[in-house]
Amino acid sequence: MQVHKYDVVIVGAGGAGMRAAIESGQRARTAVLTKLYPTRSHTGAAQGGMCAALANVEEDNWEWHTFDTVKGGDYLVDQDAAEVMAKEAIDAVLDLEKMGLPFNRTPEGRIDQRRFGGHTRDHGKAPVRRACYAADRTGHMILQTLYQNCVKHNVEFYNEYYVLDLLTVEEDAVREDGTPYKQKRVAGVVSYDLASGELHVFQAKSVVFASGGAGKVFKTTSNAHTLTGDGMGIAFRRGIPLEDMEFFQFHPTGLAGLGILLSEAARGEGAILRNSEGERFMERYAPTIKDLAPRDIVARSMANEVREGRGCGPNKDYVLLDLTHLEPAHIDAKLPDITEFARTYLGVEPYTEPVPVFPTAHYAMGGIPTNITTEVLQDNDTVVPGLYAAGEVACVSVHGSNRLGTNSLLDINVFGKRAGIAAAEYAKTADFVELPENPLAYTTELLDIARNGTGDEKVAVIRKELQDTMDANMQVFRTAETLNQVLRDIASFEERYRRINVQDKGKRFNLDLLEAVELGFLLELAKVMTVAALYREESRGGHFREDFPDRNDEKFMKHSMAYKDDHAPADGSAESIAGIRLATKPVVFTRYEPMVRKY
Amino acid sequence: MSAELAEPASKIELPAGVGGGGEIPTFDVHLRVRRYNPEVSEEATWDDFHLTMYGTDRVLDALHKVKWETDGTLSFRRSCAHGVCGSDAMRINGRNRLACKTLLKDLDTSKPITVEPIKGLPVEKDLIVDMEPFFQSFREVMPFLVNKGHEPTRERLQSAEDRERFDDTTKCILCAACTSSCPVFWTDGQYFGPAAIVNAHRFIFDSRDDAGDMRLEILNDKEGVWRCRTTFNCSEACPRGIQVTQAIAEVKQAILSRKI
Repeated sequence: MQVHKYDVVIVGAGGAGMRAAIESGQRARTAVLTKLYPTRSHTGAAQGGMCAALANVEEDNWEWHTFDTVKGGDYLVDQDAAEVMAKEAIDAVLDLEKMGLPFNRTPEGRIDQRRFGGHTRDHGKAPVRRACYAADRTGHMILQTLYQNCVKHNVEFYNEYYVLDLLTVEEDAVREDGTPYKQKRVAGVVSYDLASGELHVFQAKSVVFASGGAGKVFKTTSNAHTLTGDGMGIAFRRGIPLEDMEFFQFHPTGLAGLGILLSEAARGEGAILRNSEGERFMERYAPTIKDLAPRDIVARSMANEVREGRGCGPNKDYVLLDLTHLEPAHIDAKLPDITEFARTYLGVEPYTEPVPVFPTAHYAMGGIPTNITTEVLQDNDTVVPGLYAAGEVACVSVHGSNRLGTNSLLDINVFGKRAGIAAAEYAKTADFVELPENPLAYTTELLDIARNGTGDEKVAVIRKELQDTMDANMQVFRTAETLNQVLRDIASFEERYRRINVQDKGKRFNLDLLEAVELGFLLELAKVMTVAALYREESRGGHFREDFPDRNDEKFMKHSMAYKDDHAPADGSAESIAGIRLATKPVVFTRYEPMVRKY
Repeated sequence: MSAELAEPASKIELPAGVGGGGEIPTFDVHLRVRRYNPEVSEEATWDDFHLTMYGTDRVLDALHKVKWETDGTLSFRRSCAHGVCGSDAMRINGRNRLACKTLLKDLDTSKPITVEPIKGLPVEKDLIVDMEPFFQSFREVMPFLVNKGHEPTRERLQSAEDRERFDDTTKCILCAACTSSCPVFWTDGQYFGPAAIVNAHRFIFDSRDDAGDMRLEILNDKEGVWRCRTTFNCSEACPRGIQVTQAIAEVKQAILSRKI
């Protein structure tokens, strides 16, 4: 058994992981484990910008940004966390600029800013120019800049090391009120080296999860093939709850049929959405800020246009993103990549033709619960010492039930930095937790089941059927009926998953085997998302229940917390469905009382 | 550029047939893939696959179809699947391209489509190569901003023109399509290669950076820019459209014109 010892191990090398590594690497002995190469991470696909109230081009302040974030999340945002993010946004952008990020500039040479959905002046009066950007490849530039600075600081990477298990121990402990409980402590992680097929144990004082999202539970998605929710799945299997998993963001403008993202920056720069009648239909749904309403509202409005027969194309199943009234030179300067996507993948010339678009699964608002210091919670209040999470894998919760555009690039920088500092500072005084006996047992069994299966089921077939049912039944519109359909489907997939047959039996670069393991995570997470969606009998942000179309603050102004619980009964009762137990966690309010959400 | 745009019309007449052409028909492709797995044999072979593919499918979709339906052992890297992560550079019909950005309908499907690993880097398995030598060259050119002045409290100022000066080379996704298309790199693995020079260029011409001279010194090495024979393979290979050969020429020019 190969055992490595580090003060801090960071799982994932996207924006959050590398931002953490830059801090942690200068304070403590740090390793970054990634299933890809760092510059392949999906942060690089983010396009439009990163908001911060720099006020470089017009009046703005962090309090307005906080308000927009809270309202954008339909008041399910923890307001203390949103305030931290909006305040620290300014330094987060300036940090990146000092690290070398080539932001677009104003004529005065300052960082330029543009409009983005849901970001407004003075509590909703009008759109505000808050998004700092580098053309329409802001995420690419953030990822490159962070990797460049990791090189500068000699951060140690283990590339193509898949983390498959979190090693924890449980100790008997007593709460202040005298009740006994089991305190989890982190000992390290187990990782699979893709090149050799060997398992490695990484013993660490601190572990930071920064492994991104789980968009591949859906068919139509902007997410990379590799976004299979490994980090969330691992934590969940080891008894860490997952918070607010019913909230998944569907980005309005995916290339129709493909799901490839076209940035909201297009609408920020003036592009508009039209239906088959040529109507600018967002005027009806959000009369004040129209096409720049938050993503949940725009996505739902688009899906509604299609449902009511005003979709375009031979199957009337998409709407159009119209840039034809913009100057080609303006498009080239501000939106070069996304217009190139339209040309490459659909053969559409955005200068002269509107681009077919439809909502695409984009971002998990939920994830591993943390406090504002990024410490992971094992229940509503109890921190797991030494365990941290940041970015899409985490739920801090700054996005509530709907994330505003640009706030994810902000999230990874603000909370990635916090995680790196906190993990390293903790490691300075903490001792290593002794590894559990036979730390590889769980992972070995997981791999053996996949590798040695002799059944007749194919991973790709089950995955496709999962993605199909999620698109059909768990997308923009949901009902108890559609959600129960997903749960029935998943139950049959789980049964079939036990009979999968992995063709590649080798050790070397066995991606066939890893896809089987990843499917296990997808099944687990799809089920958590759907159970949480079924339980939440209201409509809020990205979660829209046609059978419960209104927000219900009295019953549901609270976070959901899903726990893996093999004793949860299979009777379909509201708070527990075969293997999952649901609980709630209060929302943190500081300044803002919930209001009706209109734009 | 005016910041404010005229408000677009609430309703317009849409031209007929708007939003791209009609359905692109299904077609058959013959995929010929270079296979190598030292766990099985030291010999590399060609495997042939006959597939029915659809309108907007890319080479990556064809590879997935093989892996997911026929032969799970076929191994290749991929992630984002739309040309921004740089995982799936490979040699398609003898040219370096990203499999996720190459539409099958744009290739000649009357002949077999050949897919091989990129050249000049050790093959690990099928289409997967060892990327470490490539990233090693990248790391050696100081690919990060070095600024010796006092750190301002706000951002450093940079004019839009100064920002534009190095815009092209900021697009690099480190996919290695350029470096592994270079005949010099094929015969001399010590050569820094186009991608490393592109990433040096990105900082040499950044008005905020103070380490240009050090990078020029590094690239003035015998394995540096002077190995470039200006064959333009790199520019043709770049999936991001970076004018790679021009960037190398600008670095050469900077070495010649600087005062040492």
